[in-house]
Amino acid sequence: MRSRKTIIGLGAILGVVVLWFALTRWFSIIPVGRFPTPAAFWEALKQIELKGYAGSLLHEHAWHSLRLIIISFIVAVGTGVPLGLLMGWNRKAEALINPVFTLIRPIPPLAWIPLAILWLGLGDAAKVMVIWFAAFVPSVINAHAGVRNIDKSVIEAARMLGTPPLRLVMEVILPGALPMIFTGLRLSLQASWTTLVAAELVGALVGIGFVLNVAQQDIYPAMILVGMLTAGVLGWFTTFVLGLVEKSVLSWSVRGRA
Amino acid sequence: MQHKLSFMETVVYGLIGLAVFLGIWYALPATGLVPQQFLPGPATVVERMTVLATQPFAGATLPAHIGYSFVRFMSGFLLAALIGIPLGLIMGWFRIVDEIVAPIFDGLRFIAPIAWVPFAALWFGTGVGGPIMIIFAGAFPPCVINAYRGAKQVDPQLIEAAEMLGTGHLRMMKDILLPASVPSIVAGLRVAAGLGWQSLVGAELIVASTGVGFMMVQAQANVATSTVMSGMVAIGIVGLVIDMLLRRGEAAIRRRRGLAE
Repeated sequence: MRSRKTIIGLGAILGVVVLWFALTRWFSIIPVGRFPTPAAFWEALKQIELKGYAGSLLHEHAWHSLRLIIISFIVAVGTGVPLGLLMGWNRKAEALINPVFTLIRPIPPLAWIPLAILWLGLGDAAKVMVIWFAAFVPSVINAHAGVRNIDKSVIEAARMLGTPPLRLVMEVILPGALPMIFTGLRLSLQASWTTLVAAELVGALVGIGFVLNVAQQDIYPAMILVGMLTAGVLGWFTTFVLGLVEKSVLSWSVRGRA
Repeated sequence: MQHKLSFMETVVYGLIGLAVFLGIWYALPATGLVPQQFLPGPATVVERMTVLATQPFAGATLPAHIGYSFVRFMSGFLLAALIGIPLGLIMGWFRIVDEIVAPIFDGLRFIAPIAWVPFAALWFGTGVGGPIMIIFAGAFPPCVINAYRGAKQVDPQLIEAAEMLGTGHLRMMKDILLPASVPSIVAGLRVAAGLGWQSLVGAELIVASTGVGFMMVQAQANVATSTVMSGMVAIGIVGLVIDMLLRRGEAAIRRRRGLAE
């Protein structure tokens, strides 16, 4: 049954490519000014990688965006998960922080972009700040929920055996919350990409979003498609890597084996 | 895990937290540690919002900008629901459609909704059509996914009974799958509304000549920090109201179905 699914899936993707050829090239139903032909796409890809577009080569733009995602994601997760664990563990901390968190949360991360540009300019710092906001919230929420979902009797058993607080956190609380934490990390990663592309579209000097921005101003559909596909491939790649990490970290749990 | 706090303790701690947050926000510009232009205090922002309620900025007052944004949001959101929910149900019913659409759909999902902005502007212009397409791109996937999941979780006995009575494909989807997956669909609509609203803000920051997002970009260009923050507050409040309404709808439906909250 799996092979049937794979064959039909590959057929569907092949069908899209054939349809692309048919609509733009063979029958010219879609005008070239609206969507590029495959040949134009290939030319744009060669142009950006060999000669450069929007100031840099494609892999330089891609690397710049990817690096920003990695840095901001690590910072956001490194601050969000501990805060979520703390809120899940300590009721007083939760009562103290929750209202402030609830107050800020409804503001979508993208709405922070103008403020970030005002505060930090068009450089990398503003992007890190905005991505941090985007990735921080799901990290906190899921770490918090993860701690709350741990079977209470497990914690009580550990306590009864006299487990010191640090060991309790490292060996009971953290592993117990990990599956939920990873759910949060997936959401964080997705939010990070959306926010980065938006931030680079609003104002940047290098990066995939900037390529899209320049291509839009030049009315260059082929380059727009190159930018979009690059963003998609990078997003897929980071999700894939996160999946590998999840599998190796959670190899003991049901989800890791699935 | 610690013992639950009493209601009074929760309120007191919550108020302390809020007081510290607002206190720092108030004190930073008030003491001159951070310039007013960089971070206006809470009072300045509230004052600015009351001014914006009557005085136009970037071509319209704040309520008018909110109105433009909201109309765009509703158009894109309804379009996503009207196309996404039937597609999800069809994918849930016809296996062959599922197998053809799923790989394409999964591939497209890795492209952030906001990355459609250049094509949206090229195809539908920057006025109304472009932003609507971006909201659509944000809100569409949750509509499809939840309708699909809902349709897949329908009690097989119901389907078998209907099949035995000779129900056709269309009636099956309309009268069996759709009603049975309403709870899942409504949950998807809430997610869709959140993503759609956030996509709209992004779209308005980049391509639009009205709306709250546009107002914020203009304010940013003029270094009017208090206006930027007023926009953020307005966006947060509207997003919260949309979510609250959908949450109510969800609760009402679940209650009528006799499902646990």
